[in-house]
Amino acid sequence: MGKNNNENKFETHIISVTVENRFGVLARIAGLFSARGYNIDSLCVAETEDPSISRMTIVVKGDEKILEQIYKQLNKLIDVIKVQDLTKEEHVERELALIKVNTPSFTERQEVMQLTNIFRGKIVDVGKKTLTIEISGSASKINAMLELLKSFGIKEIMRTGRIAIAREFDKKGG
Amino acid sequence: MKGAEIFVECLKREKVEVIFGYPGGAVLPLCDALYDSGIRFILTRHEQGAAHAADGYARSSGKVGVCLATSGPGATNLVTGIATAYMDSVPIIAITGQVATHLIGNDAFQEVDTTGITRPITKHNYLVKDVNDIPRIVREAFYIARTGRPGPVLIDLPVDIQRKEGEFYWPEKIELRSYKPKYEGHPLQIKRAWELIKNSKRPVLIAGGGVIISNACEELKKFVEKTEIPVAFTLLGLGSLDVEGEYSLGMLGMHGTKYANYAVSESDVLISVGCRFDDRVTGKIDEFAPNAKIIHIDIDPSAISKNVEVDVPIVGDAKNVLKKLNEMAEKLDIDDWLKKIKEWKEMYPLRYEKNGLKPQYIIEKISEYTKGEAIICTEVGQNQMWTAQYYKFKKPRTLITSGGLGTMGFGFPASIGAKVANPEKIVIDIAGDGSIQMNIQELATAVYNKIAVKVFILNNCYLGMVRQWQQLFYNRRYAFTCLEGAQPDFVKLAESYGAIGYRVSTEKEFDEILPKVLEEKEKVVIVDCKISPEENVFPMVPAGASLKQILDGLA
Repeated sequence: MGKNNNENKFETHIISVTVENRFGVLARIAGLFSARGYNIDSLCVAETEDPSISRMTIVVKGDEKILEQIYKQLNKLIDVIKVQDLTKEEHVERELALIKVNTPSFTERQEVMQLTNIFRGKIVDVGKKTLTIEISGSASKINAMLELLKSFGIKEIMRTGRIAIAREFDKKGG
Repeated sequence: MKGAEIFVECLKREKVEVIFGYPGGAVLPLCDALYDSGIRFILTRHEQGAAHAADGYARSSGKVGVCLATSGPGATNLVTGIATAYMDSVPIIAITGQVATHLIGNDAFQEVDTTGITRPITKHNYLVKDVNDIPRIVREAFYIARTGRPGPVLIDLPVDIQRKEGEFYWPEKIELRSYKPKYEGHPLQIKRAWELIKNSKRPVLIAGGGVIISNACEELKKFVEKTEIPVAFTLLGLGSLDVEGEYSLGMLGMHGTKYANYAVSESDVLISVGCRFDDRVTGKIDEFAPNAKIIHIDIDPSAISKNVEVDVPIVGDAKNVLKKLNEMAEKLDIDDWLKKIKEWKEMYPLRYEKNGLKPQYIIEKISEYTKGEAIICTEVGQNQMWTAQYYKFKKPRTLITSGGLGTMGFGFPASIGAKVANPEKIVIDIAGDGSIQMNIQELATAVYNKIAVKVFILNNCYLGMVRQWQQLFYNRRYAFTCLEGAQPDFVKLAESYGAIGYRVSTEKEFDEILPKVLEEKEKVVIVDCKISPEENVFPMVPAGASLKQILDGLA
């Protein structure tokens, strides 16, 4: 859903980095970004289908020159296997958010549940005066949901940051 | 076999001849295994000295240098040396002891997070967690250190792993799927580069340290002789060709020759080989070679277009790329340009006023006496720049100096390392009275091990380079740069360590002792040269100014 990125498209990049699944790798990459003054919006990391490899999805902001340096500097790390700027190709991206919303009355509760349905979210926890919603999708979808929920009063938000994967369709060039 | 013995066996397989180091609690098993291993161990008097000595050994020989220290303060004392090697792409292996694995993270005695501290200043580092990983890690470490763009690699070895039983094996192959340095330049890019060069009217080549690292000096010489392109050197590129050669422009940059800086500024095609366009080289980046198309040959892709926008990038080993360029190279039609450069060279030679004992004179004389063939180490500051300007380097690996990090206290221990690697050569440290005091304790190392290096202290009783900036840009307010009144007697100091000490304060005195100093085969010699205190390094491009705004200092 990269196409939903608005005017920030030229600045925000989703970089997918495959790395050796070893201790210290995350510190190396985080250290590289802080040492060179690059800004990270979010960073997700987990093991892949091959347990010796982890994949990181890093969302960064920067102009062409900075992005080029990020790409090169990442590649320079011995533990980095591959660096891919997914923004440059067709890809699918998702983010998961858990949102705790104030719902003191029945009507508010009803309304929030309806919104959750429309956004294909789930209610994952019900308190006396709150509902907790799970929602996944593009960052912009989550932002839209948050915007709508604002009027109810948001108690807490947890966002995972984006993960992304290249589309197979595009890879085969057909 | 114990972990420590396995480790030492691995070092032997890597043909390590000498280790510079300092023992301590967390490397006791390792030191014990080294004791009768046949590998020479040189005990320095400070871990920083060990790191610089390994660095000097590596730079002067092209081999991998090895240093060793214990955990905690031992490791942190190596840090400056490792960072120095990292900035100048020097292959060294730093071995540090670490507290036992079960204590890691507990703030144990002499514990620091060594791999964490050294992560940004090493090419790679390892914390060994399993005794059976030792052979793989040592093999990888040496491989990573010396290949691609070389650099320091650190191995942190917990003391219990050193004691643990394991089995020795030697991995036949190195499997690093994520590390594949690119040595061959892209043929199309090389062709594009040659097209640019061929049609240029005012080409200049910049030779950087990468030329020396990749042993590409012969290829460079051939290229320059074929094309007649003038060559400017970066500090670390000095020695890649004869600096007095016909096409040499000498050093460029902040304290480069006027003609080198003019030539680069006026060039229409600039070929950079193994140089990363440091700010001391480029001056104000927006005004650097404003009319030039830039061809950048470097083995490190991240060096390309980092500081200067490049027109033709070529990622590859300098030697291979120059070889390919030589296949196409031919004489260029640039006679007008060469004439212009000749005029500049005649108009703006390096010069200084002769009164009293001048540092430039000292270096000229050393250069003459050694025919430009000694190994010259320097500290950092004025001594370094005068050496770069006035010593007539002819051969690669003869200037050993901290370029990128600019580490005071580097030269003396580095000269010890260089002399160990080249016992038959004259090895000289050109020092300042400030920087020599930063690692003066290594006199004990040199004297005890009969490493007969020669030290010339250009003694002006100032931290001279900083004082020069204060004179020029801070209204002569010499804040904290005057060493007068608190200086040791360097002659007595030398003698107290068992070295020979001389003091000279006139040209005549200097001329008299010079042969004695350089012909001394057995002993370490320190010469305290009392030079004119407010002598400055000129020409000079002020920091942040364009290369054409050159201060001359002379009327």
